[in-house]
Amino acid sequence: MSRQSTRGGDPRKVNGELFTLTYGALVSQLLKDYEDDDEVNKQLEKMGYNIGVRLIEDFLARSNTGRCNDFRETADVIAKVGFKMYLGITPVVSNWSPAGDEFSLLIENNPLTDFVELPPGHSSLCFSNLLCGVLKAALEMVRFLLYSSCSFFHLSFVCFLFHTAFVSPKFDVISLLVDFGCCLLC
Amino acid sequence: MSTTTKQKSSNLDKPLGRGKPEVNIATFALLFSEIVQYSQNRVYSVSELQNKLSDMGQHVGSHLLDLLFVREKGYKREVKLLNMLLFIKNNFWKTLFGKQADTLEHSNDDERTYYIIEAEHLVNKFISVPKDKGKLNCAAFTAGIIEAILNGANFPAKVTAHWHKGTTFMIEFDESVIIRDKMVEGK
Repeated sequence: MSRQSTRGGDPRKVNGELFTLTYGALVSQLLKDYEDDDEVNKQLEKMGYNIGVRLIEDFLARSNTGRCNDFRETADVIAKVGFKMYLGITPVVSNWSPAGDEFSLLIENNPLTDFVELPPGHSSLCFSNLLCGVLKAALEMVRFLLYSSCSFFHLSFVCFLFHTAFVSPKFDVISLLVDFGCCLLC
Repeated sequence: MSTTTKQKSSNLDKPLGRGKPEVNIATFALLFSEIVQYSQNRVYSVSELQNKLSDMGQHVGSHLLDLLFVREKGYKREVKLLNMLLFIKNNFWKTLFGKQADTLEHSNDDERTYYIIEAEHLVNKFISVPKDKGKLNCAAFTAGIIEAILNGANFPAKVTAHWHKGTTFMIEFDESVIIRDKMVEGK
């Protein structure tokens, strides 16, 4: 009976709830250790950064996406390929700034916040701040590569804002504001 | 500010769903790697690290318990020891790791001790243990999950992870569990 261990699903996939709860365990551990929302935010972003640095290699190796021609394409790839691949969701790209160097990613049904209810008194905690770090690092890595291959597009990060806003009672809408400073290298 | 004051629908009002879509293994592996690194920076010894990982696992397990029983067992809980272990080996493992656990064994010399053996455990898939930390098994995290599930189902036990035929989870039940189980079986 024990022999017939039927393999269920894709070996390259993991149960989403295990992931969600593991992330929850991490955040609650951080809150216990630091006892300060801002410190926890920082720590989460740092961890996300470490993840992003490594995740981008996996992404480039597996996704078969070519080089992006402009920033709008980059945003699309992040949302439609990146998020789809790693979290199984597709955020909506919106709120483009007139200059085209800033946009928001709106996430419905964020898998990180399943089962999550923040107790009162944690208003400044950015629960999904990890994602910020991941994106930041992953993009930095790519841009660096482009830069070194003499592309004329160089992007440096000026700031990276992230707010969790519970806009609609139905689902948590997370808006992710990416702000790039663009400069052209001659 | 507004997030706390706004009337938000409680999680309890939402339908439970049939289990979430899956995420990429890389996402999980990298998150777990960060957890291990973070814990590693805050401890002095291997056993402390394992305890820390186990604590995190218990946090996960205590939340999973109800979820699993509601979904898989239709609100019924297990009262017999062997059934509970089989539930962990089959249903629990399948839900969490996509396959059943390889083997479940009962210790020959101690009736309180059971082993769940996995040749290649998901959590350890991408981890290579440095030589000076030979004893370290990061599956202590999974051990924590199992421990919380057993404790939550009223089978007090201590679960530890070891390197033996791959990864072995050693489950040591409290004496009271064995006595109770004998009474239940004896009926």
